[in-house]
Amino acid sequence: MSAADVILSVDQLTVRFDASPPLLKRLVTGAPRRTVHAVEAVDFEVARGSTFALVGESGCGKSTIARTIAGIQAATTGSVSFMGVNVAGFRTRRGALPYRRNLQMIFQDPYASLNPRWRVGRIVAEPILTHRLMARGPALDARIAELLETVGLSPKDAAKYPHQFSGGQRQRISIARALASNPAFVVCDEPTSALDVSVQAQILNLMRKLQRELGLTFLLISHNLAVVAHMADRLGVMYLGRLVEQGDAGQILERPLHPYTRALLDTVPDPHAPRRGRARLSGEVPSPLAPPSGCAFHPRCPLADARCAAERPQPIRVAAVSVACHAVEEGRIDAPTRRSINEKSGDAA
Amino acid sequence: MSALLEVRGLSVEIVARRRRLTAIADVSFEIAAGEILGVVGESGAGKSVTGTAVLGLLEPPARQAAGEIVFAGRRIDTLGAEAMRALRGKEIAAVFQDPLTSLDPLMTIGAQLAETMLTHLPITRSEAQARAERLLAEVGIPAPRERLSAYPHELSGGMRQRVVLALAFCCEPRLIIADEPTTALDVSIQAQILDLLRRMCRERGTAVMLVTHDMGVIAEVADRVAVMYAGRVVEIGPTRALIEAAGHPYTRGLMASIPSMRRRTAELMQIPGAMPRPDAPVAGCAFHPRCARAFDRCAVERPGSFQAGASRVACWLADPALAGAGA
Repeated sequence: MSAADVILSVDQLTVRFDASPPLLKRLVTGAPRRTVHAVEAVDFEVARGSTFALVGESGCGKSTIARTIAGIQAATTGSVSFMGVNVAGFRTRRGALPYRRNLQMIFQDPYASLNPRWRVGRIVAEPILTHRLMARGPALDARIAELLETVGLSPKDAAKYPHQFSGGQRQRISIARALASNPAFVVCDEPTSALDVSVQAQILNLMRKLQRELGLTFLLISHNLAVVAHMADRLGVMYLGRLVEQGDAGQILERPLHPYTRALLDTVPDPHAPRRGRARLSGEVPSPLAPPSGCAFHPRCPLADARCAAERPQPIRVAAVSVACHAVEEGRIDAPTRRSINEKSGDAA
Repeated sequence: MSALLEVRGLSVEIVARRRRLTAIADVSFEIAAGEILGVVGESGAGKSVTGTAVLGLLEPPARQAAGEIVFAGRRIDTLGAEAMRALRGKEIAAVFQDPLTSLDPLMTIGAQLAETMLTHLPITRSEAQARAERLLAEVGIPAPRERLSAYPHELSGGMRQRVVLALAFCCEPRLIIADEPTTALDVSIQAQILDLLRRMCRERGTAVMLVTHDMGVIAEVADRVAVMYAGRVVEIGPTRALIEAAGHPYTRGLMASIPSMRRRTAELMQIPGAMPRPDAPVAGCAFHPRCARAFDRCAVERPGSFQAGASRVACWLADPALAGAGA
C-alpha cells in the first residue's frame, strides 16, 4: 500500500479508562486504582475505497477504536491520522469540521440513532447545514430527495417521522444522513446487528453498491463473521484490546493462523455448513481490568506454553497477513487450509 | 399418537381499542418426546407468541382465539391458572433470552434452584440443596458449592445462562421452551450453551421448542424446523432437508440472504420489501407481495399446507394439483 492510498492510519493506539473507586473510598479502604485496558497498541491502515473490518467478541475494544477514529473518544497514547491529519490535533470544533465532514458514522441501533421528533428531511439535511455545504431552499430539498433515492427510499419520505419506518428503512435513513456531507470515509459500527437477515442482506448490498458508485471507504465493526466475510477486503481480529491477526480478509478466512481466529471461525453457527467438526473455545474472555500476562489469549489457548504466559508475542508477517502468536512464529502450529471453503467454493455465484 | 406436544390450529389475537390484530393464525405443529423443534422467523413473525401461548403465559390484550394445545395427551390451553402453574416449571420449563431478567437479582442461585424444586417436587430442603449443587456442576459451573450462595450479578452472562439452564432442568421437565436462549451471548459462549443444551436434552430425553431468528443456531441444534412468516407456519420439516432444499420461496430467500463465511458472493440474494405488520394484513398468501414466483391465485387465496418431500409447505407452488401446470 503506497502512502498516497492510505486514507486512515492508526498508529500504536491505546485507549484506557479509569475505573477506580472514588478517591475517598480509595483512601478509606485502601482499594487500588483500576484501569480498563480497552485498546492496547493497535496498528492498522485503511486504503482508500476499501473495506477494513474489525471483528471480535463484546468488550474486545472494536467500538472504542471506532469512537476514537470518529473523534468521540480521545486516545490515551498513540495516534489516528486521517487523510494525513492527526485527529487528536484539533483544538476547536471549527478546526475539526473539515475532518468531520469527511468522516461519518452509521450506528447499530436505528431506533436510537434518529431523533424521533425530527422529520426525515431534517435529519438528512442536518450534516449539510452544519457543514454549510448548502443553504436552505429548493436546491437542498432536491439534494435530500436525491439522497433518499440513493438509499432506496422515496423523496416523499422526507416529510415523515422515523417511527413510520421499519428497522431496515431507518437504517437506510442513517445511511442517507451519513452520505449527506459527501464523506470519504464511513465508520459502520454493527450496521446490521439490529436487523433481520433478509433486511440485513438489503442493507449490505446497498452498502456495497454505494461503495462502488461513490468510492467510499468503510471501517466495518461487527461481531458477525459472516457479514465481515461478505464485506471486507482487509480484516483485523481483536482479542482483549489487541489485534491478534490482521491482513487480507480472504487469506484469514481461508487460512486463519492465530488460534483465536481459528476458534472464532469454528464457533460461528453457519446454516450453510452445520455440525462440522469444530474446535470449541473453552472459558470466557478475561476482564480487561486485569488482562492476562504475556499473550492475552494464553489461558484459553490449546497451544499455550510457558513462553506464551510470560512474553507478549510481537506481530510477524505470514504472506498477506500479520499475526501475533508465539506458536505460529515457532512453527508449533500447522497452517491448514480450511477445507470447507474449497468444498463449497464450487457453487459460489 | 406419540407426540408430546401437539398444537392444532392455534390463533392468537390482540384486541386493540377498536380492532383485533391477528398475531398468529392457524399454527399447527407437533413435537415428539425428546425432539428438538426449531421455530425460526424474523421479528414479528409470531414465534415468541407461539412459545408464550404454549407456556400459558399470554396476557391481555393478547388472547387465544382458536385452536388447542395438547401436552402429553391432555389439553392444557383450557387449564386454570393454578393447574397451569403446577405444570409450568415441572413438566414444561422455559429459558428466555436475557438471563439477567429471568433470574431474581435478590435471591442467591442456590435459593432459586431450591425454591423451584421445593415447589414442584416432594423433596426436603437438604436434598434440594444437594441436587442444586449437582446440577450446577453438570451445567459446567466451576466450584458449584460456593456458587450456590452467589447472586446473579456476581456471574458473567454465560454463567448466568448456565444457571438458567440448571433451573429449567431442575424438575426434569419433558419439554423446554427456549426463546432465543443464546441471542444475548457472544459466539464462543453461544456455542458452549448450545452444546450444553443439546447434550442435556439428549441425555434426559427432554424435548425442546427452540425459538430463534438465527438459522445457524437451528442448523446446529434442531431435528426439525418450523419456519414462521407473518403469524403462520409456512414450512415445517426435517432440518437438513429444509436447509438444503427449502420448499417455500420465503425459506429459500431467507437461506440465500444469509451471508456465509464459506461462500463469498458479489451480492447477497435479497428479499425485497418487509414482512407485513399485523395491523396491515395481506390478502391471500402473506408472502406474495415479496415473492418472485407469485401468480394470480396467491393474491386472492391463502394456500393450504401441502406435502413436499419430507416437509409440509404452505405455498401454491407445492400444490400437487398444480404440479403438472409447471410453475
